Order: sequence, then C-alpha cells, then structure tokens
Amino acid sequence: MTTFWLLAPVMVIAALGLIFARKAVHAALALAVVMISLAILYAVQGAPFLFAVQIIVYTGAIMMLFLFVLMLVGVDSSDAVRETISGQKLAATVIGLLFGITVVLAIGQTVSGAVVGLGDANENGNPYGLAELLFGKYVLAFEFTSALLITAALGAMVLAHAERLTPRHSQADIAARRMREYAESGRHPGPQATPGVFARHNAVDTPALLPDGTPLASSLSPSIVERGQVREGFDDDIDKVVEQLETEEQRDRRAGRDGRGTDGFGGEK
Amino acid sequence: MFDLMWLLIAIPLASGALLLIWGKESDRFGHLIGTAASAASFVLGVVLFVRLMGEDAGHRSQAVSLFTWIDTGTFHVEMSFVLDQLSGLFVLLITGVGTLIHVYSIGYMGHDERRRRFFAYLNIFVAAMLTLVLAGDYLVLFLGWEGVGLASYLLIGFWQHKPSAAAAAKKAFVVNRVGDIGMALAIMLMFAQFGTSAIAAVDAAAPGAGDSVTTALGLLLLLGACGKSAQVPLQSWLLDAMEGPTPVSALIHAATMVTAGVYLVVRSNAIFDASEVARTAVIVVGLVTLLAGAWIGCAKDDIKKALAGSTMSQIGYMMLAAGLGPAGYAFAVFHLITHGFFKANMFLGAGSVMHGMDDDVEMRHYGGLRTMMPITFATFGLGYLAIIGVPPFAGFWSKDKIIEAAFGENLWVGLGALLGAGVTAFYMTRLMILTFLSQKRWRDDVHPHESPRVMTWPLIGLAALSAVGGILLLGDWITEWLEPVVGHAEHHELAVPAIVLTIIITAVVLLGVVAAVVFYRREPIAAETPADSSVSIFARAGRHELYGNEVNETLVVRPTRHLTRFLVWLDGMGIDGFVTGLADRLGDTSQLLRKPQTGYVRSYALTMFGGVAVVVLCLLAVTLA
Amino acid sequence: MNEYITLSLILFTIGAVGVLVRRNAIIVFMCIELMLNATNLAFVSFSRQHGNLDGQVAAFFVMVVAAAEVVVGLSIIVSIYRARRTTSVDDASLLKS
Repeated sequence: MTTFWLLAPVMVIAALGLIFARKAVHAALALAVVMISLAILYAVQGAPFLFAVQIIVYTGAIMMLFLFVLMLVGVDSSDAVRETISGQKLAATVIGLLFGITVVLAIGQTVSGAVVGLGDANENGNPYGLAELLFGKYVLAFEFTSALLITAALGAMVLAHAERLTPRHSQADIAARRMREYAESGRHPGPQATPGVFARHNAVDTPALLPDGTPLASSLSPSIVERGQVREGFDDDIDKVVEQLETEEQRDRRAGRDGRGTDGFGGEK
Repeated sequence: MFDLMWLLIAIPLASGALLLIWGKESDRFGHLIGTAASAASFVLGVVLFVRLMGEDAGHRSQAVSLFTWIDTGTFHVEMSFVLDQLSGLFVLLITGVGTLIHVYSIGYMGHDERRRRFFAYLNIFVAAMLTLVLAGDYLVLFLGWEGVGLASYLLIGFWQHKPSAAAAAKKAFVVNRVGDIGMALAIMLMFAQFGTSAIAAVDAAAPGAGDSVTTALGLLLLLGACGKSAQVPLQSWLLDAMEGPTPVSALIHAATMVTAGVYLVVRSNAIFDASEVARTAVIVVGLVTLLAGAWIGCAKDDIKKALAGSTMSQIGYMMLAAGLGPAGYAFAVFHLITHGFFKANMFLGAGSVMHGMDDDVEMRHYGGLRTMMPITFATFGLGYLAIIGVPPFAGFWSKDKIIEAAFGENLWVGLGALLGAGVTAFYMTRLMILTFLSQKRWRDDVHPHESPRVMTWPLIGLAALSAVGGILLLGDWITEWLEPVVGHAEHHELAVPAIVLTIIITAVVLLGVVAAVVFYRREPIAAETPADSSVSIFARAGRHELYGNEVNETLVVRPTRHLTRFLVWLDGMGIDGFVTGLADRLGDTSQLLRKPQTGYVRSYALTMFGGVAVVVLCLLAVTLA
Repeated sequence: MNEYITLSLILFTIGAVGVLVRRNAIIVFMCIELMLNATNLAFVSFSRQHGNLDGQVAAFFVMVVAAAEVVVGLSIIVSIYRARRTTSVDDASLLKS
C-alpha cells in the first residue's frame, strides 16, 4: 500500500502535467512518468508479466515513437496561444469535474471491498497463468490481434509513403536536354565559368577572364554585380606579388635599372 | 382513287420536312423540290377534281378515314378527310395559286440565302391549309387551322432580323390565339352537346339542337373566323403582317389563309342556318369590315398595306355573303375564288414593283412605272379591273352577285355593300394612278426594271384567271355545284330587276373611278406623305387603321397589364411570401442548428464526453434508485 | 481496492479533459494513451479483486490494440503535417462550410 500512496500523487501530478505542459516534449516526459509508475503498480498488484510488457511496449516502444514523431514534426511545435473555440476550456473543465466526481462517488457506492487476490491464479507463475488463458480461452482473439498488427503496419506504410509526382530525371535526360537547348537557342551546354578563372584572385567578387583578358560578367553572382562590389584594377596587385616573389638580388638589379638614388636602398652597389 | 387524297397533304408536308432536315447541300435545288411538291399536289388535285365531276351528284362527297386519332371513353376522333364540291374547289385554289406563287418565289427570293427554308415553310403552309379544307372533323380542321397559323407566324417573321417583322409575327400569333379560343370552345361545346366533333355528324345534329346552342356555336365559330380572316374586331394583325415577304402576303394573307374564316362559316352552314342571331352577327361583322378595310385602303401610302386593307374589305364581302345564308354561301365561295386570283395577282404585281424599286413600298415614290414594267402593269391592270368589278372581269360577276343578294336581305346592308364597291373603285384607282400612271417620282439612283420571267409568268397566269374567273358562274354552274353542300337558295325577287341593279352598281364603280381620277390627276402628287395635320380627319383615321391598335391597347392590353401587375403582386406577397417565409424560417432554424457544428473535432469530442457524463449520471441514478 | 479504481478514474478523467483542451494532435494522442492506461490499471485491479487473470489478459490486448492504434495514428499525423505543415487539430476543420 505504501507504494501506491507514494506513486499515486506522482502519477496525478504527472498526468496534470500532460494537460498543462507548454511544450510537447515535457508532456511526453510526464506521460513516461505515469507509464513507469503504472508498471510498478502492475508489479505490486501481482502482474509481473504486464509490468514487463508495460515497460517494454509502452515506455520503450510507444513513447519512443511519440518522441520520434515529435522530433520529426519539430520539438517546439507548441499549441497556438489563442484558444480557437470559445468556452471550450471552461466547458471541458466543468464536464470533466462533473464526470470525475460522479464516477468516483459511484465507485465508492458500487465496488465491494472484498479482494480475492491472485495467489491461486499465479500458482505456477504469472506468465504461465496468462499463457494458459491466451493460448486456450482467448486464442482466437490472440490470432486476430496478429492480423490487426499486420494491417496496422501496412497502413502506416501506406499513409507515410509519399508518392512521387514527377518522373525522376536521369543524367542522360539532363544531358539530352542541355544539348537540345544548345541546338535550339545556342545556350552553352557546359557549366558556367566560375569566378576567378584565369584571374589573379579566385574570390567570388573577381570575374573570370576570357582568353583575351576581358572579364566575363556572367561568372559573377548577379547580386555582387548589383551591389557594385566587383573587383577591378589588377595592376597594383601584380606589383605587390612580383615584389614578394623576387629574390634580393633581383630586387637590387631592378632598383639599379630603374634609376639610382630614387629611394633609400639604391646606390649601394 | 379518292383514297389517295391524303397524298395531297402528305406530298408538301414531306417536302417541307425534307427541306428543313436536309442540310446546306439542298440550298441549290431546295426551291425546285418545294415547287415540284406543290405542283404534284396540284396535279393530283386536278385529277381528283375531274374524277369528282365524273361522279353522280349524290356521290360527290368522298370521305376517307386514315386512322383513329383520339379514342378515349366516349370521345372518338377519326383522322378523316372529306373531298366534296366545296373542298375540291379549295384544293384547286390552294394548290393552283400556291404553285404559281412557289414559281414566283423562285425569282423573288432568289437572292435570299435562306430561300430553302422559305420554301419549306411554304410547303408546310400548303399542307396545313389542305388539312384545314379537307378535314372531316372539326378537330382535324383545328389541326390545320393551327398549322396555317404556325406557317403564317414563321413566314411573317421570316426576316426575323427586322424587329418590326418579329413584332408583326408575334402580333399575328397573339391575335389569332384570341380567335382560336373561340374555335376551341366551339369544338368543346360540340362535343358536350353532340358527343362528337365530326363535321357530318354535327351538321346532322345542328338543326335539332336548341336555338341557344346553335347561336353559341355560331358566335364562337365566328370569333375563330374573325381571328383567322382579320375581321373586325380582330383585324389589327393583317396590316402588320405585310412585313413578311410579298409572296407570303399574296398566298397566305390574300388568297388562302385569311379566307379560312369564310370557309369555316360556309362549312358550318348547318349551324348558321339554324341560328338567326349568329347569321346576323356574321353580316354585321362582314359589313363593318368591308367598310373599314376600304377606308384604310384609301388612306395608306404603303402599297402592300393598301392592298391589305383591300383584302380585309373583300373578305368582308365574303363574310357578308356567307352571313346571308343559303342565298349567299355559293357567292361567298365564288368571290373567295375570284378574289384569290386577282388579289394574289396584284400582290405579286406589287412584289414585282418592289423588286424593281429596291424594296421600296412607298407608293408616293413610284409613278409612271407603266413603261418601265409593261408586263407587271398589264397584269396588275387586269387585277385592278377585276377587283373593282368592271364587266366582264371576274370580280364583276362575284361582287355583283353578293351585292344583289345583300339587297335581297336588307336594304341597308345592300347600300353598305354598294358603297363599299364605290370606295373599292376609288382606292384601287388611286393605287393605280400613284403607282403606274402619273409622273415619275422615284429618286435617280433607283432603276426600275421588269422582273425576270420566272416572276412574270405566274403574274400572267393569275391575270388570265382574274380575267376569265367569271366563267365559273356560267349557267349558274357554281351555285348548282355547291348546292349539295350549302343547301338550296330561295330566289329573292328584288324590287328592281337584276339588270337595273347591275347597271347601278357599275355606275357607282365608275363614279369611284372618276372621283379618284379627279382627285389625283388634278394636281402633282407629293413625293412625301403629307403630315397628319394637313389631311382630313377621314384620311387620318384611315392611316391609323381606324385606331384599331389604340382601341386594343386601351380596352385589352392596358387592363390586362394592370391585372397582371396585380397578380404578380399577389404572387409575390401572398404565395411567394408564404413559401419563402416557410423557407426562411427553416433557414433560421438551420442557422441555429449550424452553430454547434463548428467543424472542430474537439468540440465534437466535448459533446461526446458530456454525453458520457450524462449516461453515467443516468446509470447511477437508476442503480441507486 | 477502491483507491486503485479511484486513481484509474482520476487518470481517465484527466486524459479526457486533456483530449478536449489540447490542440496539438500529438499531445491529444498522448492523452488518449493516458486514458487507455487508466483502464488497464482498472483491469489489473479488478483482476486482483476477482482472483483470476482474465483482467490481465484484457489489459494485454488493450496494449496490443493501443500499439497498433499509435502506429496508424502517428502516421496519419505525419502525413497531415506533410500536407499542411501543422499538427493542430483545429486546422483540420474543413468539414465546416
């Protein structure tokens, strides 16, 4: 009994969390708490098999499925703030309270307190007793559940399957289309020149150069052209690069040739 | 042989249907098929008529029953046709004049791209008209009656792109419906009183029926006849009907269909013989129409409308004659036939003139056409001489006899008919002077020319018939021929010898001619119609068709419109109010019920949960109790 | 004995109210699982009370059915999310006009 009184408040609070949790993940966790507590209550009540099944099927499989779908749909897909149906919450609360109080009172009136207990039934172990019932008295229902599970699996596959609406383009199709366009409108069949081809820089703002040295506008992103950020004027850069690559001897010779005494370094040799 | 009379109707009907169904491929030769069908019908009609003449006088009414049309309870209608002396003459008139007009139309409608359809309608008209005259049962007659009405509607509105033509067709249709109500009621009354609508049976039963029954029948049939024959007070549609192509005016609105009313009165002679009141009503209607039509004819400047007024007037003569009883039936039919000849002739002549004048119908734009259109002038002239009643042309013989019989009935009726003859001479002379004589008044860009031969030959044929139509009266042939159908006429002794009356009539006619000549030769004729304010009140009234349309507007249309408005209001407020009110309440209830249906699954779940709570409460209550 | 059943009923009621007030379809689903678990607790408790294992067998079957239900239900949620980019049960309210 101690177990029950420990777990019952936890379960009620967790169940209420299902109603009040803002985020769906919190609700799922609250539900998991309820389910595990339930499993313990099953074990307490002489149903060890159901205890295992509850943990494996519900907490293990079903709750994982819920979380999986939650992740798929988006974790933060919380309820819209505004209530769509006016008075729904109030009416639901009122009716819920009415129902709950009524049934609780009714149970107190109708359910007798005499408890037989499962001592006899679990004589050979709980799974054994259950198996006798399942494969004896309830074997037909058991077989029907297998059909149900297969149908559910097939149904889920059908529902989750997205039909392809347009035919898939193979590489051959794309190539044929490019050649056709080339024949019809003269559009170049190959890829566009990327920025920086033949140019000094390979940054995206540097146009590719044609063999005659003129920049190719179509190699740049239109937005760069639009914003006026195209890099132009390479002459200075050439000098800088040349300077970096020259050996000291070459630099001296050049300085001497260019006119001695024009800078601090000239005239030494 | 007489079993074949159904072919008379079937041939043009089949041809008409064929032309309507067959597509554009038949545009090239459709008109030939139509004409051939009409001609075939005519040939068959002639053969049958000759056979009829060969029979004994007692066996000249040949009846054929094709099949039982309606057989419900005590009501039994055979699809029966009767070829007798009266219908035989009509068959010849309809198919003969009809064929000539078909031929004429080949030329007249030559440039119309819907010519094939036109011929299909003409054929349907011929078939319906033959059904009308051959019918052996009033219901079969009604079938033909409505058939010609339909054909008339289709042909008046043939140029449907003209709003005026479409309106005229609608007007003719609506006014005819008023007459048809009379006709339908008459047939119902026949069935209620005699248990049959077969013409022979009704004829046999009519003399024994009560005076009130025959009077009611006679007045109802007269209403029908007024509608179809454009008699006062249902005359207003005929002048507007001139919107149709001219061959239509000639065939339907001059020669044949409009005379169906006269045929109906003559055919129902047993009923009219039994009712003095109905006959007097026929005389009054005929006399009033005769004078009204002549009056309108004097005032109209539109050549077709002037002729239409004349048609009204001449049919008035026939009605008058038919109202005179056995003394007049034969002359009514005789005048009907001669009128069919010369009026068709003149309408076709008018069509020929219009054809040469770029479809202008305004007589004041004509003048001096006799040299331009010699054949038209000559044929029209023969028709003119015939209609005003110059001896020895056809109209003289028939009109003379009618006026003579009218004097035999009543002095005032005779004087009215005599006055009509004088006015007829006046307006026809006026028409001749304005159109063919006098000086030229057409614009320079108009080039009057004679019509093609396919149009002039029918004119010549009809003109010849107009000239010699009087031959039917030779040796009183027509009266003796029709005697078995219409009964024997008591010969009235007049106060003056017949020859004196004839001289008086001819003198009055000449007076009319002279008056017209004096009036219209005296001064140059204006090329434009003088304004209403500058002409006499008589001319003004004539131009406005004696205010017939205004009378209809005031007495019929406006009250009906008010009634309709009231009914619409009643419908909207009362009936619709109830029905839509009911629907509205249902809608409101639904709105109320809709509220809980938010579509949110949670609110449904809440409802369910509430239900569970209630069920638990109930269970608890039951258990504790 | 009554206290186990009472706990079961309280958990069941909390689960039912959770179904009604939460809008995230996954959490609604969790609440349904909570309700199923509450009934399982009742089954096990009654099993003990009556002294036979039929109640435990029933709880076992409930678990199997719940597993199948969760598989199908979650795949429905995933496909709805793929089509609508939302898991709110209120967005799937097209039955309303």
